[in-house]
Amino acid sequence: MTENMMEIRDVSKIYGPLRALKNISLDVPPGQWLAVMGSSGSGKTTLMNIMGCLDTPSLGEVTLDGVRLAKLSPGELTAIRREAIGLIFQQFHLIGYLTALENVMVAQFYHSMVDEAEAFDALKKVGLGDRAKHLPRQLSGGEQQRVCIARALINHPKLILADEPTGNLDETNEGTVMEILHDLHDAGSTIVLVTHAPEVASHAERIIVLEHGRLVSDNAGKNGPPPADPAKSPGAAPANEAVGEASDDGAAIGDDAAVKAANAASDPGGLNPTK
Amino acid sequence: MLFSSLLRRRSRLLVALFGIAIGATVLLGLVTLCYDIPRQLRDEFRSYGANLVFVKSGGTGRMTMGELERARAMLPPEELVGFAPFRYESVRNNMLPYTAAGTDFEAVKKTSPYWRVEGRMPERGEILLGADAAEATGLVPGSAMALDGRNEKQERYEKEFVVSGTVATGGAEDGFLFVNLPDMEEMTGEPDRADLAEASLSADAEKLNFLSRAVKNALPGVDPKPVARVTRSEETVMTKLTSLVYLVTLVVLLLTMICVATTMMTVVLERRREIGLKKALGADNKRVAKEFLAEGLVLGIFGGLLGSFLGLLFSRMVSVSVFGRALAPEPALIPLTVAVSALVTVIACLVPVRRAVDVEPALVLRGE
Ligand SMILES: Nc1ncnc2c1ncn2[C@@H]1O[C@H](COP(=O)(O)OP(=O)(O)OP(=O)(O)O)[C@@H](O)[C@H]1O
Ligand SMILES: [Mg+2]
Repeated sequence: MTENMMEIRDVSKIYGPLRALKNISLDVPPGQWLAVMGSSGSGKTTLMNIMGCLDTPSLGEVTLDGVRLAKLSPGELTAIRREAIGLIFQQFHLIGYLTALENVMVAQFYHSMVDEAEAFDALKKVGLGDRAKHLPRQLSGGEQQRVCIARALINHPKLILADEPTGNLDETNEGTVMEILHDLHDAGSTIVLVTHAPEVASHAERIIVLEHGRLVSDNAGKNGPPPADPAKSPGAAPANEAVGEASDDGAAIGDDAAVKAANAASDPGGLNPTK
Repeated sequence: MLFSSLLRRRSRLLVALFGIAIGATVLLGLVTLCYDIPRQLRDEFRSYGANLVFVKSGGTGRMTMGELERARAMLPPEELVGFAPFRYESVRNNMLPYTAAGTDFEAVKKTSPYWRVEGRMPERGEILLGADAAEATGLVPGSAMALDGRNEKQERYEKEFVVSGTVATGGAEDGFLFVNLPDMEEMTGEPDRADLAEASLSADAEKLNFLSRAVKNALPGVDPKPVARVTRSEETVMTKLTSLVYLVTLVVLLLTMICVATTMMTVVLERRREIGLKKALGADNKRVAKEFLAEGLVLGIFGGLLGSFLGLLFSRMVSVSVFGRALAPEPALIPLTVAVSALVTVIACLVPVRRAVDVEPALVLRGE
C-alpha cells in the first residue's frame, strides 16, 4: 500500500456542529495530478490543510508517503511540512517587506540553509530572473504567484498543494502558472490542485468533487486518457440530470454543473452522483 | 535578513524603539541622578552652613589658636570643606554697641557659601557690615567707620575701617560687623584667641559624631558640637529622595515593559499571517520564538543605546537646572542601561511570543 503518495481513510473534520469533511477516503499515487473541485464551503481547503499537515483530522487516518500522520507530534508534523510539502496559495502570502529573492530564501532558511544562487535559479525557472530584487508590491499578481511557486518548489517537495493558485489571476497569468504546473507534473511531481474553474481542473489527470464535505465524484480508475479539453465541449452539459443537484447558491450551481459537465465529457456515461 | 527585515518595517518598530529609548532615557537619567543626588545634596546641604562647631569647653572663655589648629588637624583633610575661626568682640560706633566678628574670609566663603555679599569681602583695614548693621549705621561701601571698645584688661582701643560691602546671612549675623582676624587682634591688642570655629565636612552624621568624640578626648579644652539639626535632615531628605527616585525608576521600567509588550503584541497580531506562513513553510515553534526574541533583543539594544545618549543629556539638564551644576556622567552606567533595556524588552516579548507560537499554520490557506 505504500506505493501511494497519500492515503486518506475515512477522514472527517468537525468544527463544533459543522462537519466540514465527512468520511473522505482517497488515494493519491505518486506523480498524479489531482484536481479538487466543489462549491464554496464544500471543504476543499479543509482537505488541503489536512493533506499538507497544517491541520489534523477529527476522525480517520492519513498516510503521507508511508508515514501515518496521526502518530506524529506537532513538531514532527512541522518537520514533514518543511521536508515534503510545497504550498501554493491563492493569496500568494509573500512577506511584504522581503524581496522576491528573500521570500524564496525564507523557505530555504526554515528548511536548511539559505543558498542565494539556488533561490535565484528557482526564480529564473519561473521567469522572474530580472525581478529578484523587487518587493511583492512592485510585482504583478502573476509575478507574485510565480514567486510563491518558486518558494514552494525550492526544497524539492514530494507533494505540491495548490489552493486556487489561479483564483486571483487573469487568463494570461493563469496560462503561465498552468504551464509551470505542467512542467512539474512532467518532471514527476505529485500535485493536488484546488480550483473552482473547470478549465483549470481540466489540466489535471484526475478530478474529484466535494459537496458539503462529501466526496461526490472521482474520475480516477477510469483509465481513459486525461480529459482532453472538456470545458470546451459544452455539448455534454445540457440534459445532464445532475444540474439540478441541491446546492447553496446560484454561482455554485453553475460551477457544479460545469464540473459535472467536465467529468461527463471526460467519461461519458460514467457519471453516477454518489449523493 | 533580520536587519533588513527590521529596516523595512521601520514605522511600527520605531514606536517600540522609542518606547524603549524613552524608558532607557529615564532609567539612565534617574540612576545617574540617584548616583549623583547624594553627592549633589551633600554639597547643597553643606551650603546651609557648618555641620561641626567648636567652642571652649565649659561654655565660657576662649580657645587658643593652637588648640584650634590641633582640632583642625584631626579632621580628615579630604572631607574638610572649610574651617573658619571666629573671634567676637563688643564694640561701639558713634556710641552705639555692636558685635564685631574677626574671621578668615577665605574660609567663611567655604563654610558659609550662602552669604550674599554686596560689594566685596573685606581686605585688611576694611570692614563688612551685616545687612541690619548697615541699615542702622546708614554706611555704604567706601565709607569710613570708627570702632572703639575695651579689651579683657579693660584697656581702651580704637580703630578706623573702610566699609567694603554688606552681607545678608538670613540669621543673627546680619547685626554683626565683620573684620579680618589679624585686624581684630591688632585692634584689641589680644592675639591668639577664638570664641568659635565652624567646620564644614562632607561626612555623614555617624562620622561627625565619631570625629567630635575623638577631638573631645584628645583636646580637653575644646568642645566639638555636631550641628544636629542640619545633619539629621540632610540624612532623611537624602534617603527619602533616593528611594523616591528608585521608585520612579522602577515604575518607568514597568511602563516601558508594558509599552514594549503591547507594541510587540500588536506586531504579532499584525503579522499573524506571516507567522502562519512561516509555520506552514516548516518553521517550528522554537524558530518562531527565537526570531521574535532576537528582534526584541536588537530593539532593546538599539533603544538602550539611544536612551543612554538621551539619558545623559536629560540628567545633565536636570542637574544643571535643579542644582546649578553639571554632573560627572558615569560611563559604566551605559552598558548597564543597554543590558537592562535588552532584558526588559526580552521579558516584555515573552507574552507576545507565546501568542506568536500559538498561531495556527492552517490560517494561511483559509481566506483570512
Ligand atoms: N477553523 C474553522 N472553524 C470553524 N469552521 C471552519 C473552520 N475552517 C473551515 N470551516 C468551515 O468548514 C467548511 C469548509 O470550509 P473550507 O474552507 O474547506 O471550504 P472551501 O471548499 O475551501 O471553500 P472556498 O471555495 O470558499 O475556499 C466551511 O463551512 C467553513 O466555514
Ligand atoms: Mg478554500
